[in-house]
Amino acid sequence: MSGEHASRRLIDDYARGDATMAADTVWALEAHLESCAPCRSHLAASVATEAPDVAALLDTVRAGLEPQLDAAARAPSRRHLTRRVSAWLTPAMAPWLAVIVVVTLMALLLNAVASPTFFGDTSPLLLIAPVLPLCGVAASWSRGLDPAHELTTSAARAGLPLLLRRTTAVLVVVLPGLLVGGWLTGTMAAAQWLLPSLAFTSTALAMGSVVGVTRAATGLLVAWGVLVVVPASATGRVPHALQRVLQPDQLPLWGLLLALGIGAVIARRNAYSTL
Amino acid sequence: MTPASSAADTAPKTYPWEIRASGLRVAVGRKKMAVDGLDLSLGIGTHGLLGPNGAGKTTLIRTLATVLRPTEGELELLGTSVGRIGDYRALRRRIGYLPQDFGYYKRFTVREFVEYMAWLKEVPKADVPAAVQRAVERVGLADRADHRMKTLSGGMVRRAGIAQAIVNAPAVLLLDEPTAGLDPAQRLRFRELLQELGRDTCVVVSTHLVEDVAAACSDVVLFADGRLVIQGTPDDLAAAGGIEYPGDSPLERGYSALLRNSGQQGGTW
Repeated sequence: MSGEHASRRLIDDYARGDATMAADTVWALEAHLESCAPCRSHLAASVATEAPDVAALLDTVRAGLEPQLDAAARAPSRRHLTRRVSAWLTPAMAPWLAVIVVVTLMALLLNAVASPTFFGDTSPLLLIAPVLPLCGVAASWSRGLDPAHELTTSAARAGLPLLLRRTTAVLVVVLPGLLVGGWLTGTMAAAQWLLPSLAFTSTALAMGSVVGVTRAATGLLVAWGVLVVVPASATGRVPHALQRVLQPDQLPLWGLLLALGIGAVIARRNAYSTL
Repeated sequence: MTPASSAADTAPKTYPWEIRASGLRVAVGRKKMAVDGLDLSLGIGTHGLLGPNGAGKTTLIRTLATVLRPTEGELELLGTSVGRIGDYRALRRRIGYLPQDFGYYKRFTVREFVEYMAWLKEVPKADVPAAVQRAVERVGLADRADHRMKTLSGGMVRRAGIAQAIVNAPAVLLLDEPTAGLDPAQRLRFRELLQELGRDTCVVVSTHLVEDVAAACSDVVLFADGRLVIQGTPDDLAAAGGIEYPGDSPLERGYSALLRNSGQQGGTW
């Protein structure tokens, strides 16, 4: 070998498959070829001139392979998008997205057709806005709606990090929808419902560490329904106290609830590993 | 290509057994103890968890997979004590689990499904494509890797399930009835895979098929009514049965003999 590279004669011998080459020379040459692109290109050139039977064999193999390789269509590259979406939304997101869209539309519809006397001066959208994210949170962790629930709960990422990711995804979808709805109807200000809905979400997560997130979110939904929907349909009016708590001047109360919820979630962060 | 291995894989073992349980009790519902006072030590190898339906095999596997919490007793996995509450991220990264009826997302391809599971199991991002490819090839689904899950046959879905279980190169691999839905040829191939995995992994295979145990397992754990009946080699199991017990093979006869002696109605429906 001359300098840093293998000599042309050595490479030619190697290409011919010269059996008289010393074993240690072959070994050193192969080790060098593995890491040296210029010498590999010399080898490729000398295979064509020194060993025509090898070159012919390679051509035959290539000719046989090419039609098969052409036939194997490349998979459509939607993998990265799927992975990124799955990392935040649960892969079984269709049910809760549908629920949220339907409920928001229903509220908008009610808002348009219901007489003002039925709900008093409170819009139906305002009544569901605080608990709407709970539908999504409940559905993200529901055993019945997520086919791979069992696999997910045994995975390393299960627990608070995944819970927070999925909750964030729900809020990112729900809150802009409500914002647009409120702006379209002009009946509610963001200040009235934004903090309550965040407070409800954090409370559901905090309670979830004890009874399970789905159960906690469903429980809160039912409780809100009983407190709001039943009195509203029985008396035709939303209870006065409830109208009061949704007024903007009650924000410190909701802020406190939100802070308590977040505090409880942090305190019990290890309890989420089994959901 | 170098196999995906982490610092945790190459660290010296600081525990004698991959799985060690003493006096383990797991409640299902309010009263029923599905696992009732189990003492068990399992190391490297393929362990066949054998028992009649309703013996508590699935509950035990789910407890080992950290899905259920032990009600009483001690359970140690890879040297980590599993109690009622705690952070099991590091432990779960090293566990592979195939549930009895595992769900999947129909619109995912096999590769996406296994990739998603690798992501959930916190396989380092750079290693994911290679780990997924290796797992898919090991179960013989490489030619179907970019097909959607809903187009696969039952046996292929099960193999995809096995692929997701081994994608993180687990130290403890838990398979609950993995041979259900596999045809005879696939079952043979699967037994080979089990033997291969059992060389450096603690594999626990729950089954009610005695012949699976005979062919693939180095160790038998016979389990009935939430309790351990016997732990030994397949030969120990065969030796327990005589010609007077029902069964078509020595292992089946040993199985029915041990169940009968432990007060179980092994032969009746």
